Amino acid sequence: MHELGIAQQVIEIASERSNGAAISRIVLEVGRLAAVLPDALRFCFDAASEGTPAAGAELQIIEVPGVARCRQCGGRVELERPYGRCACGGDDLEWLSGEELRIKELEVI
Amino acid sequence: MCATCGCGGEPQDHEHDHGEHHHHQDHDHHHHHHRVVRVEEDVLAKNSRIAERNRGWLAARRVLALNLVSSPGAGKTSLLERTLRESGFPATVIEGDQATERDADRIRAAGVRAVQVNTGTGCHLDAEMVARALPELDPNPGSVVFIENVGNLVCPALFDLGERAKVLVASVTEGDDKPLKYPHMFRAARLVLLNKVDLLPHVRFDPARFLASVREVNPRVPVLHVSAEHGEGLAAWYGWLRDLHP
Repeated sequence: MHELGIAQQVIEIASERSNGAAISRIVLEVGRLAAVLPDALRFCFDAASEGTPAAGAELQIIEVPGVARCRQCGGRVELERPYGRCACGGDDLEWLSGEELRIKELEVI
Repeated sequence: MCATCGCGGEPQDHEHDHGEHHHHQDHDHHHHHHRVVRVEEDVLAKNSRIAERNRGWLAARRVLALNLVSSPGAGKTSLLERTLRESGFPATVIEGDQATERDADRIRAAGVRAVQVNTGTGCHLDAEMVARALPELDPNPGSVVFIENVGNLVCPALFDLGERAKVLVASVTEGDDKPLKYPHMFRAARLVLLNKVDLLPHVRFDPARFLASVREVNPRVPVLHVSAEHGEGLAAWYGWLRDLHP
């Protein structure tokens, strides 16, 4: 359940950036390969935000697909899991996206 | 009339601050102008910054730090006890557990200094906990710090502690498909130690299937078969340590 610790970090960063003003929405990018479950994160966020400027805020999660480049043939590989192979058989993949865990923006009231 | 929003109220009845518009008085209508703040910050940035500081602290003392991860009961502490007794490496240990000093006591009984970190409800060590433990541990220049993480194959994968490498301890009493079930951790590992191989005749564990699963997730990671109980294969583990920390 590292989602609780992550939710607390999200709330801490958001509260700093809002200068304590009430937050109505937080836009968060979560990569498919980031080992973070959006549902668990929302659950933890609702519980952990009580009594903070983020209380009652909507946590908008943008899921980012996992994409890699094959170092063997240069082809693009879409990853559903944190491992995979290129159609050419190559297993040496450079991950391009999917590991994001990033606060994009806030909406402050 | 309010000049900002054109409502019928007097301007002093409500605030207009930095483009936001929030009515505090009992107006007969509601309109909130929300202000958007660009953030663009990694959620784990704070942990990463502290981990980098730990890395610098360790490098200044030429200390090799390794982050030992496994599921509970794979034999990390037993492996450490034996390694500390017979490898000859000058070493100290940071022990992470949710509760108790038991593991640190076992390490101290092997004649090695150890600091116990209790994470309480936390399921992993983070860089801040290690930053607090390092000065207390005060490792000698040129030594090795083994950081035994909380037994958990999920959460510790996300938290950089400032270590040089993650060493994953698996065991033959677990399923041989574990690498596919916990791919993040197996992907993050720089070395996989398959422990308890002395029990292979007694368990349904196929080492070839295990190796194939590891390869699928982490194609080039070395996998060593060891027995912390009987000593099998440990010379190769000590050799790996020596290559990393001559």
